[in-house]
Amino acid sequence: MVIECRHVWNYISEYLDGTLSQETRTVVQKHLEHCEICSAILDSTRNVIILTADDRVFELPVGFSERLHARIDAELREER
Amino acid sequence: MNEPRASNRTQAETIAAILAGEIQLFHELIRPHERTVYLMALSYMKNEADAEDVAQESFVRAFRKLNSFRAEAKFSTWLISITLNEARTRLRRKTLVPMDSLDAPPDEDQPVSPALLRDWREIPSEAVERGEIRLLLQEAIACLPDIYRRVFVLRDVEEMNIHETAEALNISIPSVKVRLYRARMMLQKRLAPQLKTAIRTSKRRWFPWS
Repeated sequence: MVIECRHVWNYISEYLDGTLSQETRTVVQKHLEHCEICSAILDSTRNVIILTADDRVFELPVGFSERLHARIDAELREER
Repeated sequence: MNEPRASNRTQAETIAAILAGEIQLFHELIRPHERTVYLMALSYMKNEADAEDVAQESFVRAFRKLNSFRAEAKFSTWLISITLNEARTRLRRKTLVPMDSLDAPPDEDQPVSPALLRDWREIPSEAVERGEIRLLLQEAIACLPDIYRRVFVLRDVEEMNIHETAEALNISIPSVKVRLYRARMMLQKRLAPQLKTAIRTSKRRWFPWS
């Protein structure tokens, strides 16, 4: 079975998660082997996911934890 | 997402101990979840101050109703549902917008086309150390439609699995997959060209001889 590029794009996300059926995965893989555009889309999508998962991208506001735990302390004192 | 243990106790033991009166342990219990709760609050509130407020309130609420936590659930997903409720209540109070429109899916039938590239040169994680790259990533995620961003943040930023994400957001697994696919494609479309340019121009700036 041969599929077109735009169908492959629909599968890229699940391909990366490894949740495609064996059959679909094989078809997608075959396509990726000879299509440089789709492989570049796959690689760049994977790269974007790796970068956004980096803890340094989103940091808590300065002093967030201190203020949070102070607030929790106030709550715990009331509990007593 | 791994649920890190609070010192040597398991999470379940910590919760039991808190309910039995060792309330100071609540500090330890929530420490691993601060960022997730804050980012979820931010995905609703759109500004840091309100998001911090919602996050604090959610943790306080979690403490007050800790005895209603059921061991079958994961503490992290339970905490996120509290956060979502808290954020929605705030927004309802603030804007009087009907909640349907806040969670309404944009048109999910239209396919999302990625950015077409002929080759991709891996951008290493060290690039994240640069402020401009962090900004590109943050802005791209901020621009996603709300319902896609929430799925993306839990699944790809906080690295929860598909089941946990579905449970936390109270949506089906197929919905998680579709929204995640759309979010990832939208990010690729926007970010791939931007990152390519940013890396190329900075190289020129750093190494004028190359």
